[in-house]
Amino acid sequence: MTNDNKTAVVKALAEQPAEQILAEKGQSLWHHAWLRLKQNRLAIASAIILLLVVVLVIIGPMFSPHAFDTIDWEQMSVPPDVASGHYFGTDAMGRDLFVRTLYGGRISLLVGLVATLVSLVIGITYGAIAGFFGGKVDAFMMRVVDILYALPFMFLVILLMVVFGRNIYLIFAAIGAYIWLDMARIVRGQTLSLRHTEFVEAAEALGASKARIIFRHIVPNLLGIVAVYVTLTIPQVILVESFLSFLGLGVQEPFTSWGALVNEGAQDMEIAPWSLIFPALFLAITLFSFNFIGDGLRDALDPKDR
Amino acid sequence: MWHYAIKRLLGAIPTLLVLITISFFLIRVAPGGPFDTEKSLPPEIQANLEKKYHLDEPLYKQYFRYLGNIVRGDFGPSFQYKDFTVTELIARGFPVSLTLGGLALLLAVLIGVTLGTVAAVRQNSWVDYALMSTAMTGISIPNFVVAPLLILFFAISLNWLPAGGWNGGHWLYLILPVLALSLRYIAYIARLMRGSMIEVLRSDYIRTARAKGLSMPRVVLKHALKPALMPVVSYLGPAAAGIITGSVVIEKIFGVPGLGRYFVQGALNRDYTLVMGVVIFIGVLIVVFNLIVDILYAVLDPKIRLQGKG
Repeated sequence: MTNDNKTAVVKALAEQPAEQILAEKGQSLWHHAWLRLKQNRLAIASAIILLLVVVLVIIGPMFSPHAFDTIDWEQMSVPPDVASGHYFGTDAMGRDLFVRTLYGGRISLLVGLVATLVSLVIGITYGAIAGFFGGKVDAFMMRVVDILYALPFMFLVILLMVVFGRNIYLIFAAIGAYIWLDMARIVRGQTLSLRHTEFVEAAEALGASKARIIFRHIVPNLLGIVAVYVTLTIPQVILVESFLSFLGLGVQEPFTSWGALVNEGAQDMEIAPWSLIFPALFLAITLFSFNFIGDGLRDALDPKDR
Repeated sequence: MWHYAIKRLLGAIPTLLVLITISFFLIRVAPGGPFDTEKSLPPEIQANLEKKYHLDEPLYKQYFRYLGNIVRGDFGPSFQYKDFTVTELIARGFPVSLTLGGLALLLAVLIGVTLGTVAAVRQNSWVDYALMSTAMTGISIPNFVVAPLLILFFAISLNWLPAGGWNGGHWLYLILPVLALSLRYIAYIARLMRGSMIEVLRSDYIRTARAKGLSMPRVVLKHALKPALMPVVSYLGPAAAGIITGSVVIEKIFGVPGLGRYFVQGALNRDYTLVMGVVIFIGVLIVVFNLIVDILYAVLDPKIRLQGKG
């Protein structure tokens, strides 16, 4: 999945010297990357589809007469029907699946976004500090990342859920706290090569503090690569959240997410296949689009792969 | 060679220590002790119980005791399955999970490598495009979505295969879970293999082999396959970790009595010792597997092999 794509990107980005990116920035590299991306019809189509999903998830529930948590014992497991307003049918408790799927999408996408932001903040700070100070500090900090990387993360998150109880904020934090590892590696690699560029030395000569150099001079130059990387992180987070919710360890009733809906749908699929198919379709399409966009961005930035 | 193996083995120790430490302290800070029942126990009995499980000792003593126990393979009693120790439960579930995961990994490598090679040999043909877009679909759909769909189609609609259960590992019961577990990895290995095979096929010695008149299948099998397999070998570690994680949901969906199902049940029932035992066991498993893969890689790659000697 995205995780695997990510490994390749992490490698490529961590090794790419930043001067090269910097030198061409503005005039050619990003501009050319954009031109190449525009040529990639799959990536563009994916971006449009993703945008549609996001818009639907945000405004869709307004066009339904039903609420996401209203239980209707008269309308249990009703097949999709436009006249009654149950566009995707109802679940085993008579709740409208159209609205539930879109509400679930809100949670799934929100988890993806927030956990990615958490990972951005930790990863950039950690990676930039390790790369900036170099030497023993760097060796130690990266050794810590290596050790954490080898842990069976999903199992630890589940352990966390068991110990502290299910809690959506805890999910954000736990996922974000793991996902930052890749980000730290990329940022560190980039910082290492930015460390001795003229403008950083100039800032040092002017007496700027270390924190100022890192956050005012180095970090802004990393944002392009970080942006690419974010496209690959979001779907990974969505997947982790769905996995947890599928096991019954994620969001709690009456709230829902795509993973939780797929879980419920899988239990009723013999009598109500639509309760599985619609959430599964939304989840798959979203992950699919993110993957193609990520792939497209990677190819656009690193054309020698093609 | 041995030098390298021992170095890697020592490198794995901090990871395991961190894992055990995190698990231990997470459980200890958990709200509610293991003996919190609906009825409060008389203080003497409570004290006796705590003494029996050494809960009255200072935390650091408990920690080192736990470490010592784990080294001896003793994960303590399960709080949920009263008659079993966690070690016994792991010993019951693990062979089942190993069968499932091992077959899935084998299938992923065999089919993935074959499809990837075919796509690479016929690069940019319709076969290549069809295989690679199917692979992208396979990579994008999570296994907990694939599994119910497979059941819906092959078990419920067509009624060809059982929808779940284990039946002592009868092959009919294995097909769907193994397939659901391996699809993503088949897809990923196929993509990986295609990429590396294309690169190898462009190299000079392959052109030489072709020039001296060897047939294409012979060139691919005799000369190109081994170097092209290297990225797949280094992917085996992450793939195994993914399959182990994935088997948790697959076991839940298909009702397979493996390690993953004990784990999820333990998690839902707040069976601390069981959950902790499984987490540590899996951590060790992944570390050991990565070690084997690294050594295998070193055996296959002369560059690393020679480095180890120096």
